[in-house]
Amino acid sequence: MIQQQLLTVCYLIGSITFILGLKMLSNPASARKGNLVAAAGMTIAIFGTIFLYKDVESGEHLHNYLWIFCGLSIGGIIGTLAAKKVQMTAMPEMVSLFNGMGGACAALISLVEFNHLSKELALNPNPDFIYFIQPKVLIIVVGLIIGSVSFAGSMIAWGKLNGKVKDFSFKGQNILNLMMLAFAIGTAAYLVTNPHHSILLYVILALSLLYGIFFVMPIGGADMPVVISLLNSFTGVAAACGGFLYDNKVMLTGGILVGAAGTLLTILMCKAMNRSLKNVLIGSFGGNATASGGGASIEGHHKEISLSDAAMVMSYATKVMIVPGYGLAVAQAQHACHELEKILTEKGVEVKYAIHPVAGRMPGHMNVLLAEADVSYDNLLEMEQANDEFPTTDVVLILGANDVVNPAAKTDPTSPIYGMPILDVELAKTVIVNKRSMKPGYAGIENELFFKPKTSMLFGDAKKVLQDLCSEIKNL
Amino acid sequence: MNQVLNFISTNQQIIYIVILMIFVGIEIIEKVPSVLHTPLMSGANAIHGVVIIGAIIVMGKAESDNYLALVLGFVAVVLGTLNVVGGFVVTDRMLEMFKKKKK
Repeated sequence: MIQQQLLTVCYLIGSITFILGLKMLSNPASARKGNLVAAAGMTIAIFGTIFLYKDVESGEHLHNYLWIFCGLSIGGIIGTLAAKKVQMTAMPEMVSLFNGMGGACAALISLVEFNHLSKELALNPNPDFIYFIQPKVLIIVVGLIIGSVSFAGSMIAWGKLNGKVKDFSFKGQNILNLMMLAFAIGTAAYLVTNPHHSILLYVILALSLLYGIFFVMPIGGADMPVVISLLNSFTGVAAACGGFLYDNKVMLTGGILVGAAGTLLTILMCKAMNRSLKNVLIGSFGGNATASGGGASIEGHHKEISLSDAAMVMSYATKVMIVPGYGLAVAQAQHACHELEKILTEKGVEVKYAIHPVAGRMPGHMNVLLAEADVSYDNLLEMEQANDEFPTTDVVLILGANDVVNPAAKTDPTSPIYGMPILDVELAKTVIVNKRSMKPGYAGIENELFFKPKTSMLFGDAKKVLQDLCSEIKNL
Repeated sequence: MNQVLNFISTNQQIIYIVILMIFVGIEIIEKVPSVLHTPLMSGANAIHGVVIIGAIIVMGKAESDNYLALVLGFVAVVLGTLNVVGGFVVTDRMLEMFKKKKK
């Protein structure tokens, strides 16, 4: 009895630390502590479950300890290594991958629990028992659908971010997706009313996995953060389903908390891009829109600038604004970038960074990356501040950013990114764009900015270009 | 209808928790600066790893001759742990960098 009560206390502590942790995570000063608080609460809840949990009906303790600890150690070691080794640039992929693991975990729980139920049902096939287990079946099926959609979707998102999976869409895909989802839900409803057709569970599993794949497949890479955040909240709901199933309060609170917070975070991200969630999901970034919407092909000539000229322009400027983008992340150029900032500052140039909310592959991606290179917080300007300062800026240096500075978002209503707030780099006196080539950015559309008379191109890998710029400026 | 009412009254505790948690979740996230969006997403990702508890229960209840439950349960424990441990470590790594800069 006392053990049962102790476990309740463990779960209570767990739930409180999750809320506190998430709260502290939303403030820069306490964020790291918040993460540790939540991790401590999670540890208490996990070990409490292992040692104190008793089955409600049989009153037995858990067994198979060897298996459990094996699983915990394997998962723990791989998880720690993967998380420690991953490059800062690959963070978004990693989050997506871990999210998929959680979704798969929830789906597996549903499979096993349904298996238990259908065995009991075979022994006891009377209508009263069916009536009794129906709510359980419903929860199991919901957990299975959400968990497997989240798993399949996260895997595709992961593959897309590291370039293994290409965008893929065909006509009528949205309709097919909706049909698959409707079919899965219909089958689920049938299974809840007739729980002895246990084979249908696997039909639902297959449909949900397929839906997860086709749901993420046509969404462009630039929108992946939104999708990952959405799938994150899905997994939260799937975890909450486990909470219902076992009447386990810590799973319930943790799951619902993440479900709600994740949904809001998703909406906040969409807002940063000035688009609705529906627009992202049924996507104008998808295949057809990219082909037709990017339409207004731009005629014109871009001009190149040599390294020494670029170095000259920047070292004689009063204010330089650096606009980092995904190119900086890919090239791992954050340290070189900080180096350039230092050299320019020594020369008396004011250097600041203009951070677009969705620059890179995730909101805050650039902040994390530049933080790694010790760039001071005070020099990072958010979009509104930066836009106020562009008119007084002499040189804007764009490092591998494209869509977030594309003026088409303001001027061309047919453009797929029309309406997204952008950094108004054109207000500055000169714009230097570093890119690897003239290839369009993630949204797959041309950028008229590159053909403007104010703009000059500096081709090459961001890291190499920055290093060369540093040595050029030193030699001036 | 009867069944629905019955369900609501027997599970009212849970329903209360769900409703309150939805509001708590929305409330505490609302004021997050965009700088912290990535770490926050990652932190939330680690927290939903609480699903591991379900996996442990499945694993711990499995009879030693029920291979399906054993194998699936084991895989679920491994995946769940990956989610929890990996999630918290990645989040910590991101936030570590933020801290260094704060003098």
